[in-house]
Amino acid sequence: MLQIYGSMATPEPENDKPMTDKILEVIDLKKYFPIKQGVFSRTVNNVKAVDGVDFSIIPGETLGLVGESGCGKTTLGRTILRLQEPTAGKIIFENQDICKLNNADMRILRREMQIIFQDPYGSLNPRMTVGDIIGEPFDIHGLAAGEKRQVNVHELLEVVGLKADHITRYPHEFSGGQRQRIVIARGLALRPKLIICDESVSALDVSIQAQILNLLKTLQKQFNLTYLFIAHDLSVVKHISDRIAVMYLGKLVEIARKDELYNSPCHPYTKALLSAIPIPRPGARKSDFLLEGDVPSPVDPPHGCRFHTRCPVMEDLCRQTAPELVDIGDRHFCACHKQKAAGH
Amino acid sequence: MKKGHKQKSQSFYALAFRRFKKNKLALWGVFVLLSLIASAIFAPLIAPYDPYMSVRNDKGMLDILSPPSSAHFLGTDSVGRDVASRLIYAGRVSLSVGVVAVSISIVIGTVLGSLAGFFGRWVDSVIMRGVDVVICFPVLFLIITISTLLKPSIYTTMIVIGLVSWTNTARLVRGEILKVREFEFVESSRALGARNGRIIFRHILPNIMAPIVVQATLQTAQAILIEASLSFLGVGVQQPIPSWGNMLNEAMSLTILAFKPMIWFSPGIAIVITVLSINFIGDGLRDALDPKLGNN
Repeated sequence: MLQIYGSMATPEPENDKPMTDKILEVIDLKKYFPIKQGVFSRTVNNVKAVDGVDFSIIPGETLGLVGESGCGKTTLGRTILRLQEPTAGKIIFENQDICKLNNADMRILRREMQIIFQDPYGSLNPRMTVGDIIGEPFDIHGLAAGEKRQVNVHELLEVVGLKADHITRYPHEFSGGQRQRIVIARGLALRPKLIICDESVSALDVSIQAQILNLLKTLQKQFNLTYLFIAHDLSVVKHISDRIAVMYLGKLVEIARKDELYNSPCHPYTKALLSAIPIPRPGARKSDFLLEGDVPSPVDPPHGCRFHTRCPVMEDLCRQTAPELVDIGDRHFCACHKQKAAGH
Repeated sequence: MKKGHKQKSQSFYALAFRRFKKNKLALWGVFVLLSLIASAIFAPLIAPYDPYMSVRNDKGMLDILSPPSSAHFLGTDSVGRDVASRLIYAGRVSLSVGVVAVSISIVIGTVLGSLAGFFGRWVDSVIMRGVDVVICFPVLFLIITISTLLKPSIYTTMIVIGLVSWTNTARLVRGEILKVREFEFVESSRALGARNGRIIFRHILPNIMAPIVVQATLQTAQAILIEASLSFLGVGVQQPIPSWGNMLNEAMSLTILAFKPMIWFSPGIAIVITVLSINFIGDGLRDALDPKLGNN
């Protein structure tokens, strides 16, 4: 186990990439789900859930990932952890392409990256006590047993704001917010560097959402965590993120610092998402920049810019060629032809 | 709640036991079955006569087909053995055949069902087509053929029943695993680096134990019935070892059927009572273990 830390400290010689300050870099990641048909299960088509995504995260930051339901956010999160094998592309975690790791090495690397799922009811085994659930990571990696495991579990319970005597209880005896705290404690057990929060607060009611978000923020400072925070709700993401990436139909359309994205969104899709946030003030004038229609099928995404079928400022060029994600200044990336034309 | 009073934690099984205790019919089932098990275990102490010995009356003659009396309260059979004693000893055979046969079928069914459900793809196809093939055979015919080939005995009967009745369990377990496998706690565990063995034994199987237990109970009743049918047909447990099935065999004689009802009536009733009580327990367990069904 110690060897792994050793090899991470010094970049491998065969790795021609220079040492960067990125903890995670995703390069042209694709995940297709084949659609099989007929007697011989021929692959007739693919659901292109994630279709060429590039981004990177630096240590200690929170990257928010937003998009409509079905745009591939969750698939992206799971593919980064190799819970689903990517179809193509590279996932570079601490200068190491994790797609090339074998099962044994991957198992060890899993200590570095964790996921917190959306549903706090589904993500706890109803037949295990809280102590066993939080202690399981130690069992899996043989890190602590007996007395030491007990002490560790107590510590984790305290860190997430639960009581020590909760250790013998079962998940059904807890509320949604408490369950999500248990999930967080389990995720923290191995002291990971990266945590993917997959809609981690979406299933909770608003007051509990705030508590959990604040807990995640506190833990980030305490343990120097890096988050990839997936959500469909821009107001939740705004609270926790440093940078925000907007995803549409399997591709990223815009990445920018939080304030930049909220104050001067570049992509028409981002503008539409922002104007869809309800304003908690009676009589507030609603922006008329609202989207119509549904997300096109990811089996057969539109030619050219994927958003052109719903874009209010679409022109001919958009129908023919897909825009690249380009830097429009100050690490603000945007994939829109109109933006370039505007000479930004 | 009073201060300082520690709240007792309720595991799933503790809650299920509380629900089970409310079911009167199931409790009666447990009571009857426990009595039957006790009488089987303590048969040598309870049975008034040796079940294998023909008894002679005071004139030194074999006491054949005697009616119920104070000495033989269920009478004697066609070779003069005490029916009550044989009935008690037969309980040993029937219950142990039921338990062993079901253990065999549950183990086979759970292992194959788990493999099929967990690994999917070609493993699933191969196993489930195997199940389809086994189901295609007429069960009784298959059992009779196998047990004749293997020389009929109590052990053959156990094994044969076990070998033909695992298909339902395999299907049930496969279906349950397909359901539980999709829960996020399974994926969380995988994200933590757990191996397949751990995921199956620590996460999936504990969550499908309830339907397996219910299935096992109901199948025990089935196995006892199959054993009775086989022994009745003469290919199961062989004379002189008593079994409820081969005791019923005597009902094939018209005189006994018409004039000595106690000889076939008592094993018949024993089978009915046993199977019924086990089925009540099974139903009770099902209701207790699956709160979603309601019925509270």
